[in-house]
Amino acid sequence: MKKYILKRVMISIVTLLVILLVLFLMLEFMPGSPFNDEKLTDSQRAIINAKYGLDQPILMRFMNYIKAMLSGDFGVSYTISKNTPITALLETRLPISLRIGGQAILIGTIIGLILGIIAAIKHNTIYDTITTVISVIGVSLPSYVFAMALIYALGFRLKWFPLLYQMEAPLYSSIMPTISLCMFTVATVARFTRTEMLEVLGSEYMLLAESKGLNNFQLIFKHALRNALIPIITVLAPLVVGLMTGSLVIEKLFSIPGIGSLLVSAIQSNDYNVVVALTFIYSIMYIGIMLVVDILYGVIDPRIRLAKGEEHE
Amino acid sequence: MNNTEFEFAPEDFKLVGAEKISRVDEAFPSKPIWKEVLTRFAQNKGAVVGIIFIIIVLTMAIAGPHMAGHTYESQIITHQNLAPRIPGLEKIGVFNGTEKMHTSTGTVIQNKYISEDPSVPTGLEKIYYWFGTDVLGRDIFTRTWTGTRISLYIALVAVIVDMCFGMIYGLVSGYFGGKVDMVLQRFSEILNGIPTLVIVTLLILVFKPGLVTITIALAITGWIGMSRIARAQVLKLKEQEFILASKTLGAKNLFIIFKEILPNIFGQLIIMSMFSIPNAIFTEAFLAFIGLGVPAPLASLGSLISDAFKSFTTHPYMIVFPVIVLAIIMLSFNMMADGLRDAFDPKMKEM
Repeated sequence: MKKYILKRVMISIVTLLVILLVLFLMLEFMPGSPFNDEKLTDSQRAIINAKYGLDQPILMRFMNYIKAMLSGDFGVSYTISKNTPITALLETRLPISLRIGGQAILIGTIIGLILGIIAAIKHNTIYDTITTVISVIGVSLPSYVFAMALIYALGFRLKWFPLLYQMEAPLYSSIMPTISLCMFTVATVARFTRTEMLEVLGSEYMLLAESKGLNNFQLIFKHALRNALIPIITVLAPLVVGLMTGSLVIEKLFSIPGIGSLLVSAIQSNDYNVVVALTFIYSIMYIGIMLVVDILYGVIDPRIRLAKGEEHE
Repeated sequence: MNNTEFEFAPEDFKLVGAEKISRVDEAFPSKPIWKEVLTRFAQNKGAVVGIIFIIIVLTMAIAGPHMAGHTYESQIITHQNLAPRIPGLEKIGVFNGTEKMHTSTGTVIQNKYISEDPSVPTGLEKIYYWFGTDVLGRDIFTRTWTGTRISLYIALVAVIVDMCFGMIYGLVSGYFGGKVDMVLQRFSEILNGIPTLVIVTLLILVFKPGLVTITIALAITGWIGMSRIARAQVLKLKEQEFILASKTLGAKNLFIIFKEILPNIFGQLIIMSMFSIPNAIFTEAFLAFIGLGVPAPLASLGSLISDAFKSFTTHPYMIVFPVIVLAIIMLSFNMMADGLRDAFDPKMKEM
């Protein structure tokens, strides 16, 4: 087990280093330098280079770069909000994105679980069909289509919810973004739960439990669901990816001041430092979640880590 | 009660024919595997509907841009914001060029094709825009099908990347095993650890947004899933006797990989590559929506939706058709891939 965890951690660290290296090299070889003013003399340039550490060998600079990135020093923004440290930008934006992402994944998982359980219990009935249709549509339509449908129907025509995110009413105005963001989660979780539940419900230990005279509630929640839930950890990684990409569009549509909309506007206005910082943050979140998922899965199901261990030796 | 015993008469018994016994041994003709797959596929309603829709969309993507007599970039300034109008259907009251506008001052119903005062003709009475026109006076019908071409091109790229990169990578990694496998697997694991979003973002910083950038992004990340499946399949096959026999006869490694192993797993790999199509189309539509897709005036479904969104509270019809076409493409590819997988190997669910 220790060896398995160590290996996963090593791979994660190397991945992070690769990302940092790519970011660093892009910074190095991007054309143009902030100090290409012709009025600067050679000695002035040398002083500037020394001040910013540009006279050191490239390996040292890379080390410094890693140190700065890991300590959260991302530099300043160029165009989006001039000369503001990016850390200050992130301070207000990151919590909003995390909260809406968290809401979406929580609500999406709960609804998805309920739908999946109903579909499995009432297999081959109208409920099953409805769930299948919902999950196929949820996987097939981009989240911005749901968002636009909600904006038009509930926001514009019925005027139930505000069209844009409001800082004064963070919960109320985040209802529509959360719903559109969680559709993908609902669909994936429902589909997966249904397949797993059907498999468990058909197993012999469920027949035994039933013949012992357990009631339906105990059967489904104590015996079936607990076993069906284990493999659901595997879908966590694609869900996180879906949320990350989804959040970019959703935050833009609802004007949510989060990191997704920041990334979009940074790309559009070529604010290189901001893009790099956000890229790094997205990577860290993704790598961290992948690492946790892998380790959790190894803990819960020993077959996984044994199989993976064997393969590599 | 009647207890009289009765005796069996010879007529009570029937001779069981010898020919009935021999039927037990009847040999069923073995069906070729593709025929069996085809039968199972044809029984799957969703998959068949999916394939029919894909064929329709494909035909429209080829023919559509030439049908209306406009090009994706041609604009007629006087024809701005015209609602959909289809000959024939207009007589029964739908798609007759009328649109309901919900503005802050109230609801207005107007038809820009026909003026209310017959003495002042609009000059548009004989003009039909099937899907309407956008704010710049371009034909949405032509633009939608031009955009569909881009989505289908992306689908093609996804399959090619899977087949060229992913398959060969997986085959080599699985077949050679040992150190080669270790290095290749570590490499793909690291690459897999980088979110696609990040790769696309970085590519856009270096290159300009456009089809080339999206193609490169797909080429970098799209093949990893396929390489894993190919590798797993090779691991299953490579210890089998026929491979050993081939080795004993002196076959070279490349020959074994491509002539002995590949034909056995090619069908499965093709089917798995179908699953990367919806993902790729999704990525493109998403990038186009945040303005990183094909540059204007070229249109993809994502950029059409994005453009129409800007005026969709006043002219909702502009957004409806691109969304419907995108939904049809995504749904049909998903259903077809599901159906193909189930038909090919009913046990291979959720891979």
